[in-house]
Amino acid sequence: MALQSLDIKRRSATTTPSPSVRKIPEVAKLIDISKCIGCKACQVACMEWNDLRDDIGTNRGVYDNPPDLSDRSWTVMRFAEVEPTPGRLEWLIRKDGCMHCADPGCLKSCPAPGAIIQYSNGIVDFHQEACVGCGYCVMGCPFNIPRLSRKDGKAYKCTLCSDRVAVGQEPACAKTCPTGAIVFGSKEDMLEHAAGRIADLRERGFALAGVYNPTGVSGTHVMYVLQHADRPTLYQGLPRDPGISPLVVLWKEIAKTLMSIGLGAAVVGGIVHYLSQGPNEVPEEEEETS
Amino acid sequence: MNTHALIQRHSASERLNHWLVALTFVLAGLSGLGFFHPVFFWLTGLFGGGTWARILHPFFGAVLALSFFVWAGREWKDNRIVAADWQWAKRMGDVLRNRTDNLPPLGKYNLGQKLLTRTMLVAILLLLASGILIWQPWFAPEFAIAQRRIAVVVHAGAAFVALIGFIVHVYAAYWTRGSIRAMTRGTVTRTWARHHSADWYKKIAE
Repeated sequence: MALQSLDIKRRSATTTPSPSVRKIPEVAKLIDISKCIGCKACQVACMEWNDLRDDIGTNRGVYDNPPDLSDRSWTVMRFAEVEPTPGRLEWLIRKDGCMHCADPGCLKSCPAPGAIIQYSNGIVDFHQEACVGCGYCVMGCPFNIPRLSRKDGKAYKCTLCSDRVAVGQEPACAKTCPTGAIVFGSKEDMLEHAAGRIADLRERGFALAGVYNPTGVSGTHVMYVLQHADRPTLYQGLPRDPGISPLVVLWKEIAKTLMSIGLGAAVVGGIVHYLSQGPNEVPEEEEETS
Repeated sequence: MNTHALIQRHSASERLNHWLVALTFVLAGLSGLGFFHPVFFWLTGLFGGGTWARILHPFFGAVLALSFFVWAGREWKDNRIVAADWQWAKRMGDVLRNRTDNLPPLGKYNLGQKLLTRTMLVAILLLLASGILIWQPWFAPEFAIAQRRIAVVVHAGAAFVALIGFIVHVYAAYWTRGSIRAMTRGTVTRTWARHHSADWYKKIAE
């Protein structure tokens, strides 16, 4: 259940307005990839605060560990060795996890009322007690973030530590980051902070440094500072122009509304036909002449 | 001749098959509608809540598909479209206005019923195929998200077609007096058979 300090902006599978009288400022987490040293303290802090212990995996010969997000690993560091310009090797380390989109594809796809909610501060949270385990959020997400648990069939992902934020604390990952690569505050402040970092990076030769706050999902509440903002795919496939898939929009917005009206129309059509034409009976004269 | 004499239209095994299809269609339909649009979510309560509806829905669907394929297979010989069907279709306006004099003599099923069999066959095949792609937790994880996005659109579209087919079928059975007993008792009256399925009646009478 939402705490009072986390008022609801949008609720999955709900057609009436959510409680929206009060307004709280939008928050954001800013991840400065140029400052990240890949220590994974954020992964540990996430496990620690959220009481999560993933299965111990196997060494796959790369630094990514665990290799992917899971129901118990809500954030992972993704390491990329790239040559943005020939001969210049760069090690780009991206902390992956929920982006907390302003227009969340998971919420749009979810058929269970209240299983996914968006607080007015921008955090998108899963309420597992209302989750039915259909996996639609997995299909709706443009960033491939939610994971269904094999243990309980519920979907899990980063909460942006909504429980900490509700009482005025920053997320556990931001609290623990030793280099200050993860910072948290109001979205406005974070954009301002990013602008300063970008100016600094540009001075240092990263001419195309920029902030990742994609407009295709109406902006996000987890943003990155990228050294190469023109090529987000360098960072282990960060999508260039993410947005809710047109198939999901067709499915959730257009088809289902039209089809629900169509079904109602078919029923009404039957009633009108019966009342105007009456039943199809064998004529009496046929019965007589048989 | 006794005008109220009864003739057999559906054997007991056909009737059981039909009602298994009907039952699983209704169960799959109601549980599926719960996920179709939020206005229908309350229907999941009939199955013990959202999670139970999600668990049960694909099993209802699988039994539906299986029993419908058996049904379509055994009825196929009476579902072949013949010239008289198109004659009948041309007079659709009269049929809908209950002006049934001088309609062409038909076999066991009319064109509407034959097209319904085909529509349901295609819709249920699509529902089964797309349903497997999104069946949690058994099969869905094996498919790419891009494939599953196509599957949900196909599943919703095919479900819509099947539901429209269902509404038309139920209404037509109610509207055409004397039909429902063919599927409950297995019999129709002689006059009913002559009126609606003259060619079939002739064959039976021989």
